[in-house]
Amino acid sequence: MQLDLSLIVPEIAVAVLALTVLIFGMIIPAKSRQGLGWFTAVTLLGVLGLVIAGWDNMGSLYGGLYVVDQYSQFFKVIFLVAAFLVVLGSTRYVDRHLGGQSEYYSLLLFATLGMMVMTSAGDFMTIYLGLELMTIAFVILVCFRRLESKSLEAGMKYVLLAGMSSAVLLYGLSLVYGITGSVVVSEVGGRLAEVGANPLLMLGLVMLLAGLGFKISAVPFHMWSPDIYEGAPTPITSYLAVGSKAASFAVLIRIFIVGMEGVALNWELLLALLAAVTIIVGNLVAIPQTNIKRLLAFSSIAQAGYILVGMVALDPEGGVKGIMFYGFLYVFATLGAFTVAAHFYNKTGSDEIKDYAGLAQRSPLMAAVMVIALLSMAGIPPLAGFVGKFYLFMNIVDNYLWLAFIGLVMSMVSVYYYLRVALVMYRNEPLDDTPIAVSGPVSVTLILTMVVTVFLGIYPGPLSEIVNSAAHSFFMH
Amino acid sequence: MVEFALHNAWLVPLLPALAFVIIIFLTKPWPALSGLVSVGGMLTSCFFASLAAYGVFTNHKYAEEPLVYATRWFSAGDLKIDVGIQLDPTSAMMIFMVTLVSSLIFIYATGYMKGDPGYSVFFSYLALFGSSMLLLVLSSNLLQMFVAWELVGLCSYLLIGFYTHKISAREAAKKAFVTCRVADFGLLLGILSLQIVFGTLNLTELAEKINNFDQYTTMGMMTLMAVLVFIGPIGKSGQFPLHVWLPDAMEGPTPVSALIHAATMVVAGVYLVGRMMFLFHEVPSAMELVAITGAFTALFAASIAITQREIKRILAYSTVSQLGYMMLALGVGSLTASMFHLWTHAFFKALMFLGAGSVLHALHDKADVWKMGGLIKKMPITGYTFMIGCLAIAGIPPFAGFWSKDEILLAAFDNGNYVLFTMAAITAFMTAFYMWRLFFLAFMGEEKAENHPHESPWNMTLPLVVLAFFATVGGLVGTPWAPVWGEWIFFGHPHHVEPNYLIMVGSVVLGMAGIYLAYTLYLADKEKARAHALAKQYRFLHNLSFNKFYIDEIYLWFNHSIVDGAARLFYLFDIYVVDGILINGIAAFTRLSGEGLRVAQTGRLQNYALVFFLGVLALAVVLAFTDPATAFGLMTGGAK
Repeated sequence: MQLDLSLIVPEIAVAVLALTVLIFGMIIPAKSRQGLGWFTAVTLLGVLGLVIAGWDNMGSLYGGLYVVDQYSQFFKVIFLVAAFLVVLGSTRYVDRHLGGQSEYYSLLLFATLGMMVMTSAGDFMTIYLGLELMTIAFVILVCFRRLESKSLEAGMKYVLLAGMSSAVLLYGLSLVYGITGSVVVSEVGGRLAEVGANPLLMLGLVMLLAGLGFKISAVPFHMWSPDIYEGAPTPITSYLAVGSKAASFAVLIRIFIVGMEGVALNWELLLALLAAVTIIVGNLVAIPQTNIKRLLAFSSIAQAGYILVGMVALDPEGGVKGIMFYGFLYVFATLGAFTVAAHFYNKTGSDEIKDYAGLAQRSPLMAAVMVIALLSMAGIPPLAGFVGKFYLFMNIVDNYLWLAFIGLVMSMVSVYYYLRVALVMYRNEPLDDTPIAVSGPVSVTLILTMVVTVFLGIYPGPLSEIVNSAAHSFFMH
Repeated sequence: MVEFALHNAWLVPLLPALAFVIIIFLTKPWPALSGLVSVGGMLTSCFFASLAAYGVFTNHKYAEEPLVYATRWFSAGDLKIDVGIQLDPTSAMMIFMVTLVSSLIFIYATGYMKGDPGYSVFFSYLALFGSSMLLLVLSSNLLQMFVAWELVGLCSYLLIGFYTHKISAREAAKKAFVTCRVADFGLLLGILSLQIVFGTLNLTELAEKINNFDQYTTMGMMTLMAVLVFIGPIGKSGQFPLHVWLPDAMEGPTPVSALIHAATMVVAGVYLVGRMMFLFHEVPSAMELVAITGAFTALFAASIAITQREIKRILAYSTVSQLGYMMLALGVGSLTASMFHLWTHAFFKALMFLGAGSVLHALHDKADVWKMGGLIKKMPITGYTFMIGCLAIAGIPPFAGFWSKDEILLAAFDNGNYVLFTMAAITAFMTAFYMWRLFFLAFMGEEKAENHPHESPWNMTLPLVVLAFFATVGGLVGTPWAPVWGEWIFFGHPHHVEPNYLIMVGSVVLGMAGIYLAYTLYLADKEKARAHALAKQYRFLHNLSFNKFYIDEIYLWFNHSIVDGAARLFYLFDIYVVDGILINGIAAFTRLSGEGLRVAQTGRLQNYALVFFLGVLALAVVLAFTDPATAFGLMTGGAK
C-alpha cells in the first residue's frame, strides 16, 4: 500500500482553492469581491489543465479505495468544464442577486470536489463521502437567494428529500456489505460469484438504485427536481442538472457494471424499464410547462432517461462509451440553455416562456444559443445530440429494440415542446422590443457552448476516440 | 511549396469557405471589403490549386496512383466514414479550372453587381458555391461528395433566386432545387446500396472491390446501383428529361449563370460519372444508358436552341447540349474525351455567359437577340471575345472546342455505334448554326437606333480577355499529334488516338456549313425574309422547338392532373384519417397524459416522499416478478 499523491493533485488543488476563496472573501473589501469569480474561473482552468496533464497517470490508492483511471479523469474534465462555464456565466448574476460571493464560489468548488471524489471512489464509504459533500454544498447553494421564499422552500425540500434518499442509499449499501462482506466495489464483484442472486442482495440493489436514481432524477424518484430547479438560483440549477447528475451516473456505472456485473441479468431489465419510464414521463410532462426552468427540468429528466439506456447495452464498453459521450455534450447543451435562462431572468426578472417572445430580435445570440441547445437535446442532426443518441441507441437495438423504439418516439415528442420555445422566440412579436445586452463573460459562455455543440455534431471523431480509450481504461481492472 | 500545396490541398476548398464565414459574420456591412475578401479567397485558393496541379502534372506516378489522405470523420461499429482529399490528374485539372474560372467570374461580378443592395451577401454565396464545388471535386469518398453535392444544390438555389423581388427568379430557384433534389434521391439510394453491398464508400477501396464485384453481388444489383447513381447526374447535369431547370436558372444574376454553366454545378454530374467510371465500366447496359442519354440530350437541346430569342436562354440550351456531349463521351468509355471537353467548354462557355452579361449590362437587361444588332462597333472587346467563344464552340480549328469535340466524335466513331456518332455530328452542325445565328443577330448587322450600348468597365472586360485566351489555346494540350491530355487523364490505360483526318475535316466542314447557313439567313439577308419564311413554312416544327417541345407543359399537366389528383385523394385521407384520428388523437393523448402526470407534481413534500418509497416498492416488485426465485426469497424474508 503506497500513497501516490500525484494521482490526487487535482482534488487537493480544488480543496485548497475552495478554502482560499473562502479566506479571500474575508480579507478582500466588499467592493472588489467581484474579482473572486474571475479568480475562480481562471484557477479552475488551471485544475483542468492538471487533470488533462495527468491523463495517462493512472493507478489506485489503498488497494482500490480510490481509483484514478481515464474513466474518472474524463468525468473530472466534465465537472471542471461545467464549473468553469457556470462560474463564467454567473459572475454578474451572483453580484446582482445573491451576494456572499466568496461563500458562493467556495461552495461551488466544494460541490465540484465532492463530484470528483465520487467518480474516483472505489469503495462505498468514499462514494458516500463524496456524495454527501456534494449534496450538502448544493443544499446551501439552492437556498442562496435567502430573501426569496421560493429559494428557501426549494432548499428545505432538497435537504429533506436528499436526506431521505441518502438514508435509502445507505441502507442499500449496508445490505450489500452484509451479504458480500466487502465495501470495495471491485471486491464486491468478486464475492458475488459465491453469493449469487440473494434476495437480500436484490433488496439492497433496489435501494441503491433508488438512492442514485434520486440524484439522476430518474422516474419515479424525480419528483423533487422540477421544484428545486425552479426555486434555486439558475446557475446552481444548471450545475445541479449537469454536475450532480454526471457524478451520480459515474457512481451508478461503477457500482452496477463493475460491482454488480455478476447479477446483471437481474437488474438489466429493471434499468431498461426505469429508462423507459423516465424517458416517457420526462418528455410528456415537459409539454404543458410554461416556465422555462421547469421545462428544462423535465427535459433534463428525459435526458437522464436517454443516458440510462447506455447501462443496458449489449456490449458494456460500448454502453459506457455512449454514456460518456452523451454526458459530455449534455453539459454544453444544458449549460447553454440555462445560461440563457439565467441571463434573461437577470435582465427581465422573468422565467416565463411567453416572455421570451421575439427574443430573436432582442438578442439574436441568446435566441440562437437556446435553439441550438434545445435542438441538440432533441437529437436533430447535425448537432451533437444526434450523434450522442446515435451512439447510445446503437448499442441496444440488438437486445432492447423496444427501448430504442420508445426513445425514438419520445424524441419526436420532445421536438414539439423544444420547438415551441423556438417558435415563441422567433415568430412572436416581442412584448417589449428593447434589445437585451449580453455582457462579455456571458457571451463567451454562450458562444462556447454553441460552438462545441455544433462542432461535436459535425466532427465527433476526436471526442469519440478519447471516450473510447477512457471507456477502455474503465474495463482494464 | 509545391509539396506543401500537394499535401494540404484541403486549403483549396477551405479558403473560399473561410471567405464565406468572414463575410457573413464580419464584413457584411462593407460591400467593397466583402467583394475583396471573396475575390481574395478565391485567388489564394487558385494559387494553391495551381501549385497542386503543377505538382501532380510533373510527377507521372500520380496518374497511376492518386494521392489520397484522409482523416476519420466518425465511426460507429463497422461503419467508418472518412473525410479526405483525393488528388489525381482529373481532380487536379478540375481544381485548377474551377478556381481559375471562378476567380475570373468573381472579378467580373465586382463590376456587374456594383450598387446592388445585396452585394456582400451575393459574394458570400459565390464563395460558398465555389468552395462546395471544390470540396466535391477533391472528395475521396462518396458520402463527403454527396454532402458537397447537396451544398452545391443549396447554393444554386440561393443564387438563382438571388433577386428575390422577381417572381420568375424565385420560381426558377425552386425549380432548380426541387428538380435536382428529385434526382439526388436516386443518387442517395445508389450511394446507400453501394455502402450496403461493398461496405465502403471510399473511392479507391470501392474501385478495388468493384473490380471483382461477383464476390459481393450480382450483375442485376450492379445495374440497379449504376442506374441509381446515374439519376443524380441526370438532374445535376441537366440531362433529358430533367434538363428543365437549367434554362430557367439564367434568372439569377449573370455571373451566377456563368458559374453554374461553366465551372460549378452542372459539370458536377459529368464529373461524378467520370469518378465512378469503375462502376459504370462493369455494367455495359448502364454505359449504353449514359451514352444514349448524352447523345439524345445533345441533339434535343440543340434543336431547341435554334429558335430561342433570349440570349442567355440560347446559351443555356447550348450548355445542356454540350453536357450531352460529355455524357456521350463517358458512355462510349472515353473519360479522356469527356474531361477534355469539360475543360475547354468551361472556358468558352464562361466567356460567352460573361459576354452576354456585358451585353445585358449595356442594354439594361434587354435580352432578345432580335432587338440587338451591330453591338460589336460600340463594344469591341465584348464582341470580339464573344466571337472567339463562338468559333470555339462551333469547332473551328485551332480554337479549343475543335480539339475536344473532335475527340468525342472520334471516341463515338471508334466505339462503333454509328447512330450515336451521327447524332453527335448533326449536333455539331446545329451548334455552329445557332451560335452564329446569335452572334450575327446580336453583334453584326445594323445598329438599332433605340439602343445605346457602351463598353463595360475593365473589371468586366479583363476576365473576358483572359477567358478568350484560354478558349483559343486551351485545346492545344490535347491535339491528336501531341496527345498530352490522354497521357494524364484516362480510365484504365492511357488513351492513344490516331489522328483521323476524315472526322477532323468532316467536323470542320459541318461547323463551317452551320456558320454559312446562319450567315445567309441572318446576316446576308438584311430583312431576314428567308428566316421568317422558313419559320412560317414549318410552323409546326418551329413552334415545337420554340416551346421547348412542351416539356414544361407536359410536366405541368402531369402535376395538375395526376399528381394533384392523387394529392387530393391523399389530402382527404390526411385530413380525416391521419390528422383526425392519428395525429390529433396522439397529440391529445400526449397532452392529456402530460397534464395528468403533472397533477402528481403537487409541490408537497409528503407526496414526493411517498412516491419515492412507492417507487422503491415498485422496483422490488418488478424485480420479484422478473425473477421468481427472488420473489419467493423476498416474501420469506430471505429465509432458506
